[in-house]
Formats: sequence, C-alpha cells, structure tokens
Amino acid sequence: MKKVYRSLRLYLHYISVNVRCMMQYKTSFFLSAMGQFFVSFNVFWGIFFLFRRFPRVEGFTYSEVLLCFSIVLMQFSLAEMFARGFDTFSGTVRSGEFDRILVRPQNEIMQVLGNRFELTRIGRILQAIVMFGYSIVKSEVSWSFSKVVTLLFMLVGGTAVFAAFFIIYAALCFFTLDGLEFINIFTDGAREFGKYPIGIYGKRMLLFTTIFVPYAWIQYYPLLYLLGRRTDILYLFLPLAACWFLLPALCLWKFGVRHYQSSGS
Amino acid sequence: MKKYFSFFRLRFTMGLQYRAAALAGIVTQFVWGFMEVMVYRAFYRADAEAFPMSFSATASYIWLQQAFLAFFAAWMMENEIFDSIINGNIAYELCRPVSIYHMWFARSIANRLSRAVLRCFPILFVTAFVPKPYGMEAPASLFHFCLFLLTLLLGLAVTVSFCMLVYVLTFFTISPQGLRMVFTSAVEFLAGAVIPLPFFPERVQRIMELLPFASMQNVALRIYSGSMTMPQMQKAIALQTFWLIAITLAGRLLCRTAELRVTVQGG
Repeated sequence: MKKVYRSLRLYLHYISVNVRCMMQYKTSFFLSAMGQFFVSFNVFWGIFFLFRRFPRVEGFTYSEVLLCFSIVLMQFSLAEMFARGFDTFSGTVRSGEFDRILVRPQNEIMQVLGNRFELTRIGRILQAIVMFGYSIVKSEVSWSFSKVVTLLFMLVGGTAVFAAFFIIYAALCFFTLDGLEFINIFTDGAREFGKYPIGIYGKRMLLFTTIFVPYAWIQYYPLLYLLGRRTDILYLFLPLAACWFLLPALCLWKFGVRHYQSSGS
Repeated sequence: MKKYFSFFRLRFTMGLQYRAAALAGIVTQFVWGFMEVMVYRAFYRADAEAFPMSFSATASYIWLQQAFLAFFAAWMMENEIFDSIINGNIAYELCRPVSIYHMWFARSIANRLSRAVLRCFPILFVTAFVPKPYGMEAPASLFHFCLFLLTLLLGLAVTVSFCMLVYVLTFFTISPQGLRMVFTSAVEFLAGAVIPLPFFPERVQRIMELLPFASMQNVALRIYSGSMTMPQMQKAIALQTFWLIAITLAGRLLCRTAELRVTVQGG
C-alpha cells in the first residue's frame, strides 16, 4: 500500500514538473490549446452541415450524434493527455532514452506515463464539454442517478480503452523501432468515426467492435442506455467492463520490455 | 529553370524510396475510405432524396480523395523548411544563386507527387473492383477524365502555393505552430476534406466555391464523376487559374519582403 502511495506521489510530481515546464512557454501553450479547440470544431461543423440536409441517421438525431461525439472526444482527449508518453514512444526507443528509464528503480510504465503530460489537450476537452452541454439541453435526456453513473463509467472505460491502444502502439515499437501507422486506425480513426454511433456502420462493424476491440462497449451500448432505448442494467456496467482491454495491452508491453534490445544510440 | 527542375527530380526520386512507409499508409487509407463510405451509406439510407450527387459519385469522390491524399492534405507540410527557418540553416540556402521561393515550390510539388504516385495506383486499382456503388466508378467520359487530370494538377499547384504562404509567413513569426494550425483547419474544412462541398447548404456553398480553398481538391474530384455542368466546370477552371496566379504572386512578393529583413536564428 505504501508503495502505491509513493509511486502515486511521484507521478503527481512528474505531472507538476511537466506542467511547470509547459508554463515557461505560455503563448505557445495557449496557441496549441486554442488550435486543439478549433481543429475539433471542424468536425463539429461537418456534422452540423450534414444534419441541415438530413434530419436523422439510422434513428439518431443531430443532438444525439453530438452527445455521442462529445463523449468520444472527451474519452480520447483524456487518454491522450495522460498517455501521451506512449504515443511518442517510438522517439524514446530510437534515441535510447528507454535505457535510462530501465536503470531507474521505478516501474517503467509509470515513468513513461509521467514522461509526457499533454495539458494542451485541455482545449479539445473544453470543446467536448461545450458540445456536451449543448447536446444535453437539446437531446432531452431524462437524467437520473444511474445515467450519471453510466456517463462516468463511459469516461473511465473509454479513457482506458484508448490508453490501451496507445500502449499497444508503444509496445510494438520494441519490435519495429518505428511507430506502426496502421494503429492510427484504432486511435485517431476511432475518434474520427466514433463521432457517429457505431450502429450506423452496419451489423458487422458492430459485431467487430463488440468482440475484438471493445469500442461498442464504451460508445454504442451505453449511449443507448443514456438515450433510454435500453433499460437493462447491464448496459450501465459495460463501459467499465471494457477496461479488460488494458490487460492484453499490458501483457504485450511486458513481453516487449523483456525483448527490448537497445537501439544502441 | 533547369536548376529548379533538378531540384524537382532529386526530391522526386528521393520520395520514391519510402516504399514501405507508403504501403503502411495505404492500409490506413483503405480503412479510412471504407469507413467514410459507410457513413455516407447511412445518410443515403436515411434520405436518398437529399443527396446532392449520386451515391456512387460520392464513393468515387471519397476514394479519389484517399488516393490523392498527398496532393491535397494541408497538414503534410515540409518540416525541413520550418526547421531550417528556426535553426538558421536557411542562411546556406539564401547564399545560393537560386530563388528560395521557386526552389521550395519545386521541392514541395516533387514531394507530394512522389508520395501520391506510390499510393494512388494500389488504391485506385483495388477500389475499382469493389462492387458498385461502393467502389470507384469509371470516369464519366474521356473528356471528363482529361479535365480531371488537368484540374488535379492545377489543384496541386494551388495547394502548394498556399502552403508556400505559410512557409514564407514563418519568416515573420518564427514559430510555425499557431499559423500552421489555423491554416490547416481552415483548408481542411473549406476545401471539402471534412465533408464534400456539395453537401453544404446551397447559400454557404456558393460563397465557398469562390474561395481559393475550393480550387484545391473540390474541382478535380467532382469533375471525375461528371457531377458538374459545363459552365460550372469552365468557371471552376478559370477560378483555379486565377487563384494559382494570385497566390503565387502574393507569395513571391511576401518572400521578397521577408528576404530583405530576414534575421538568421542562431547558427
């Protein structure tokens, strides 16, 4: 227990160093945060104009799609904020920086996590929150305690699943030294196409994201519960259960660390 | 002219070396295109009447967009140029008896062309076999195809000349980050990369079509499947030519001003 407490304190210290470091370049920070805000604004306008033409898509209205998009955006940005160290891991491996991490008497996952804390993602989260507020007013979801809990679970589970993909991406770097671009499909792609409820992509896509990658667990099913289309209590816990995906990711990571050969620079 | 052509050739052959990277990119682009087609299929099912062009034309638009991503992607700017401005290596380039504007122009075109050459053929080939209406359709006619090629190259030139503006403006701001972000998101949206321009409401669309951004990917990708009328095409090509000349002139003027007052950063 004491050990957990100590590494948690160290992690918080890492974050504070990161934040203070970033605050040395205040203008750059604000510009980047603003950029994040505007870039995801584009996607919003895309949805907005499409729905001027079409009233609904597969039974989902404009505000319901916005609700879905804002939640996915929050999940992704939170994961990116915390797990950015894994996202930029190919650089760490190639420069030999990982050797330094290995010789320290601390868990290497914690160190990679603490390596980068990307506060600029706050811009994107802010945008997601604005959109979320707007869609809540518009979509007439009747909020109850269980729905608030679902939403919290969605955020936790979603962050975990996206973080798991960042970890997988980083673990593969042990073998290839370079980042594999196709993993982007599961991170950037899932954010990009997760703006619509997965159900609209057809049955097969829904099946794929239920069985192989738990995206439907953190997006589609709990969304149905939020919108009151499903009432089974199971839907409430699905997003939290999606955290299982961290397990294979961490296994792959452990496997990678054991096979790590320094790049020699 | 000859020296700029050699710059072009050098960069072009260099770009062709990255075949493994291109292969990895192609896989991503297939999935991306596929998902995009699925989105529009869902909207088509919701209300086929509201579709501004036929569904197979939309699918072709998406696949062409993926195939020629390297032509029009605004975020694919040359980091080397930004780096040289920041770290001062620009000094060497300024010593050479060449115009940096032309040199960078030639090199950007070459980079984008080589990337697209590596990626477009596999994508076009495979998607041609995807069953109708989800795959690539044949061009509307030979005439349309020729115009498609012409407007594709014009669009590439407009995109590059626009990127040149950002490079040159970096002389004044030093840090390219903010500029780049604003520029990239504006281009992505207004050029029709987020949703194709015909999907915008008519009034918005009419304004957008006059902007330089519409002269990038929008024209070529729509001409291909014949979703533009004859006068529309004439107007679009005229606009493309106009913007190409205007932006290039503006860029060169800016470049000259920048060269006069350039401060080399560090050494």
